[in-house]
Amino acid sequence: MKQYINKYYYGDYGEAKNGAADITANGHHKHEWPLWEVFIRSKQGLDHKHVGSLHAADAQMAIENARDVYTRRMEGISIWVVESKYIHATNPDEAASLYDPANDKAYRHPTFYDLPDSLTHI
Amino acid sequence: MQASTNLISTTDFLLHLADNALIMGHRNSEWCGHGPVLEQDIAISNIALDCIGQARNFYQYAARLMGEGHTEDSLAYLRDERAFRNCLICELPNGDWAQTVLRLYFFSTYQYFLFQQLQHNSDAELAGIAAKSLKEVTYHLRWSSEWVIRLGDGTEESRQRILQALDALWPYTGELYTPVAYESVGEADMASIQTAWLDHVKAVLEEATLSMPDMGWMQQGGKTGIHTEHLGYILAEMQFLQRAYPGAEW
Repeated sequence: MKQYINKYYYGDYGEAKNGAADITANGHHKHEWPLWEVFIRSKQGLDHKHVGSLHAADAQMAIENARDVYTRRMEGISIWVVESKYIHATNPDEAASLYDPANDKAYRHPTFYDLPDSLTHI
Repeated sequence: MQASTNLISTTDFLLHLADNALIMGHRNSEWCGHGPVLEQDIAISNIALDCIGQARNFYQYAARLMGEGHTEDSLAYLRDERAFRNCLICELPNGDWAQTVLRLYFFSTYQYFLFQQLQHNSDAELAGIAAKSLKEVTYHLRWSSEWVIRLGDGTEESRQRILQALDALWPYTGELYTPVAYESVGEADMASIQTAWLDHVKAVLEEATLSMPDMGWMQQGGKTGIHTEHLGYILAEMQFLQRAYPGAEW
């Protein structure tokens, strides 16, 4: 397909004159970097919480990008990243069969036990 | 007399450190909104802010020693080109991404080894600023060295670009570790910084499958106020507002 729009990047400014390679060379889009899901553990937090996603070429870059994008305001002290394609999820169309059956099983909640008064924090 | 001479070289040295960080930060900040991808745009902008933060600390301390109404703003915005003491490599144009990350790598490696020594300086305030900055610089070094490796050991085009950057920047690297008189204030062993710098660069270039250039002739002059034509343009843009509207606040 013929490319009608020349995309210039700031750092490439003026390079066309000097014969440097055009970033849009070959007229096709460069492959996008893969997507990664980011999990951050805050200082008080016990578990890593999903905070968002980002693009990166590899795991190392994903961790650094996560540091730069998601921990700028002291949000965390530990970062996990996992490539999004390795996340397997339930299908929303199956929600009814997966989750609704738990609706009428009140006996699964531990609310039928009498606890001694001396037990606190439960 | 002795004391005032010492004071002059201390402020000279502080201004040198501050100017390095300010001009480097300004150059990196030019990428803000123009980074190759969103995440790297944020990364380089973060680094720019780190540099400007370091500059502020050094300027504030210098202003206090200098007295006579100097402030961090007057030192950054109201000194002319010949009074700036930054290394030439800081003021060079960004070029492409390869030149920007390679320049940051060369500069961060120098800062890293310098600040490691400065953090033990007999001047507690200088030592404190160096120790605080060292944490930031350690990350800049890690981030930029990985980019150098990625580009050198990447595609044919990325390799071509980092090779061009290496050619363009190399003659400006010698000035980093070649001391001028006022740098004695740092109490740093510059010869060991040179050795450490060269070793580090050699290892990273090797990992990037690039070979170390010959030492060759090195540019110098920035540390004593003799600059390239590029600094004037930076200052024109950076200082315009304060000079046109003195004391402007918003």
